[in-house]
Amino acid sequence: MANTGMLDFIPQIPVAEGTETVTDWLTDTFAFLFDPIKEYLTIVMEFVAETVLMGIPPVILILITAVIAFFISGKKFGLAAFSIVGLWFIYNQGHWDNLMNTVTLVLLASLLSIIIGVPIGILMSKSRVLEAILSPVLDFMQTMPAFVYLIPAVAFFGIGYVPGVFASLIFATPPTVRLTNLGIRQVSKELVEASDAFGSTGSQKLFKVELPMARPTIMAGINQTVMLSLSMVVIASMIGAPGLGAEVLSSLQRASVGTGFVAGIGIVILAIIIDRITQNMTRGKAS
Amino acid sequence: MPVIEVKNLSKVFGRNPKQALKLLDQGLSKDAILKETGNTVGVNRASFSVEAGEIFVIMGLSGSGKSTLVRLINRLIEPTEGSILIDGEELSKMDQKALRQVRREKMSMVFQNFALFPNRSILENAEFGLEIQKVPKEERKKKAKEALDLVGLGDYVNQSPNQLSGGMRQRVGLARALANDPEFLLMDEAFSALDPLIRKDMQDELIDIQSRMKKTILFITHDLDEALRIGDRIALMKDGSIVQIGTPEEILVNPANDYVEKFVEDVDRSKVLTAEHIMKRPETVNIEKHGPRVALERMREEGLSSMFVVDSKRNLKGYITADDASEARKKDANSFDGILKNDIPRVDKGTSMQEIFDIIHDSPIPVAVVEDGKLMGIIVRGAVIAALTGDGEVNIDNG
Repeated sequence: MANTGMLDFIPQIPVAEGTETVTDWLTDTFAFLFDPIKEYLTIVMEFVAETVLMGIPPVILILITAVIAFFISGKKFGLAAFSIVGLWFIYNQGHWDNLMNTVTLVLLASLLSIIIGVPIGILMSKSRVLEAILSPVLDFMQTMPAFVYLIPAVAFFGIGYVPGVFASLIFATPPTVRLTNLGIRQVSKELVEASDAFGSTGSQKLFKVELPMARPTIMAGINQTVMLSLSMVVIASMIGAPGLGAEVLSSLQRASVGTGFVAGIGIVILAIIIDRITQNMTRGKAS
Repeated sequence: MPVIEVKNLSKVFGRNPKQALKLLDQGLSKDAILKETGNTVGVNRASFSVEAGEIFVIMGLSGSGKSTLVRLINRLIEPTEGSILIDGEELSKMDQKALRQVRREKMSMVFQNFALFPNRSILENAEFGLEIQKVPKEERKKKAKEALDLVGLGDYVNQSPNQLSGGMRQRVGLARALANDPEFLLMDEAFSALDPLIRKDMQDELIDIQSRMKKTILFITHDLDEALRIGDRIALMKDGSIVQIGTPEEILVNPANDYVEKFVEDVDRSKVLTAEHIMKRPETVNIEKHGPRVALERMREEGLSSMFVVDSKRNLKGYITADDASEARKKDANSFDGILKNDIPRVDKGTSMQEIFDIIHDSPIPVAVVEDGKLMGIIVRGAVIAALTGDGEVNIDNG
């Protein structure tokens, strides 16, 4: 008892309360920002999911995916055939609309992650100070259990598509930032010198030498970001994001193994198709 | 005005370069400064100038600061102290914009490991410098193609650098540098990554291109043979300082100190020395004044078995042997008519010792060094051997 008494030299530090206060303050103060973001983003996503994706007949969408898969994998039939069979299976199981919602979430979340992540990665590669500051932040963002991000997401954006995107943004952006930084730093010193020696400006060096050379590494980062977005989008169903994840969640709540399994398979199929397509984008252009 | 003029240029890597410079002033060595301050002296008070149209070689072993020096000249590395004048303009004080302008218009660099862009075709690589200057597409394509033709790669424009051999890649590097039409080229160990045969070809080609295009070239190498082969003048570097600057002959024959001497000791002198360096003043008889008797007397005095014959203007007329001269004296002949032989091996002043070996090998008489028909000197076998060992007397100042 004497020992624990020693550890009790001050009362419990109110970290949890503090975080809550900060979050509440943020919610109240930036409501003018969060509310319109939520409003417009919801409109955009509903439009993409319900009007565009669900508006196109599934047969056509499946064929388009198959054609993309065929060309991007170097005119091989494997991935194209898998896409046709897999997507048809999801359709057959009655999960087409859920699939479209999930795809919308993944697309938007990854797109935002890339738009934010690549420039940050470039800045990070140019400044040692920024790298020193951002590295631990990125570690923190990636190791914090993904569920935790759902809580402030709800506080800021309520429930639905948008908090899902927000949580996924935090969770999935780090690989793009990290690998963009790494890719640019790995460009051979001689090539950078060559570019300087011929009188390149900073942006000429970036766009003509560094980014093209770093491209495969950056694409590997983007691939990871897309996959993490997918995993987060599934988790985000807990805060009302629609899609295949929501189906899994409701099966869990009703303990119905069968429907849960089918929805789970749907996610796996989507994951495989997205992964192979983005991976081939890396390789296809680099070689 | 020199194209490049470097005055008291220093570069210290580390946290406190000024302190290291002070210690250098006090005469401390590079090692002592590293120990005391943790700063590395890259270049220590280098001064030299490169004249238009010359190939100036900076030669030193690894760690001697030569690569740092060349990067100071295009300011890929910022100097700690000293000045760099490009066409009389101070480079070290230029802002970024002016510096870019000089880099674009006046200088091009060729790199040790080629530094070609693997994502660009050969033509696009050669276009790079022009593209940076925003030269219109058609024009830069044309210039890049010309540069590639010049280095003999005109047929490879659409290939990728990965498809080429090392020697060809460096030709692309050279074409990329030439396409800009710069005033001078900075070549950093440009041929060091190539195998010896290709390297020799490239050296020849560089000399050829230089003589056609009259480019000024600053060439960095660690290979003394290469330096001697291509350099009009050579600066030898050690521990960041320039130890000696001179023509290849000067460096070989009059090393400034023990370091240079040790360095040049192993050089294949036969590649560098020419007839001019090893010839001796000839003993001759004058065809207009002398006869067989004088010739015989002179040969006896000098201990020779033959002697060259010239006229009053030192035009080489032939040679006579002692046997023929004594026959002629017995016959009381007063001229060299009938005994003058003309099968003399002749070389000019610039003939390399390697070629002289072959000539002198099967010649019973000395080799004549001739310029415009005039006898300049003779080369005897002993002199060739002595020159090769490095102990022999070699005349450097009469050139």
